Amino acid sequence: MNAPDASVDYIARTREQYDSLGYPPYLWAERPDTPPWSPITRPLAESTVALLGSGGGYNRGQVAFHWKDDTGIRLLPSNQPASDVRVTHFAYDLEPARADPNIVFPLDRLNDLVEEGFIGGLASQSIAFMGGIYSVRRAEEELTPAILDAVEALAEDIDLALLVPV
Amino acid sequence: MSLVARALEAVGVPTLTLTAAYSITASANPPRAAYVEMPLGYTAGRPGDREFQLNLLRKALTLGVAIETPGTIVDTGVRWSEDRSWKSAASSGLNNGVISAEGDTRQERVDTPQYQSEDDRLAAEA
Repeated sequence: MNAPDASVDYIARTREQYDSLGYPPYLWAERPDTPPWSPITRPLAESTVALLGSGGGYNRGQVAFHWKDDTGIRLLPSNQPASDVRVTHFAYDLEPARADPNIVFPLDRLNDLVEEGFIGGLASQSIAFMGGIYSVRRAEEELTPAILDAVEALAEDIDLALLVPV
Repeated sequence: MSLVARALEAVGVPTLTLTAAYSITASANPPRAAYVEMPLGYTAGRPGDREFQLNLLRKALTLGVAIETPGTIVDTGVRWSEDRSWKSAASSGLNNGVISAEGDTRQERVDTPQYQSEDDRLAAEA
């Protein structure tokens, strides 16, 4: 699709904001090449889905993310209610997500979709991280390998990873 | 997030990236993406609105898995509100147009764990 007429151009707005504040320009990731591709082989109703969210989710008892390029991940049980998930992040308003974590980490809704047979199942663990990492290099060299290892280590074979940014 | 999607796909894991920030996602170019017209911080729906959240995920999943061309972003048609005035104020950072702030709207990036509550900190340090 082309950019929806009314979609907010966050790149342009951030550029203007940084200019007006005298900050050096933020460098957005640009990947104009054709992206890597793995075909989807099963219908949704037979697919095991893994949830990955960059809203900064963690569980009580876990160390919370810090806000300065924390490249760690947290594994959260997928069978817990979303209300058990805490969130921490410096760049979005946390109050609504703390009232209902499903809006950034939709555990309850994905479990609902399993129950109604819309998707086949949910990986037993979901993967949370804090996506506000300003260094693309550190995102690619530290965060991404940790996520790949975690997905690889999941007990289930994953048919689809659903990625939820904020 | 799009970079994570690309890396997963390169090792054989199909992905679908939900996005409320079309321009950012288009720039980083993940294999499959589904656009929702939502303020930042509400990517997966309205708080406390189960039907809205279910509808959003059903549409994103149905349209997302049907993508055949790598680098496609489909529009789910999901909209935060018929009143689209929030978008005129929205920027990245803490001002999402729904809860407005001005100037540098990010919180300070500190390098110590930022717990949701003091109770969480005590539980983690126990």
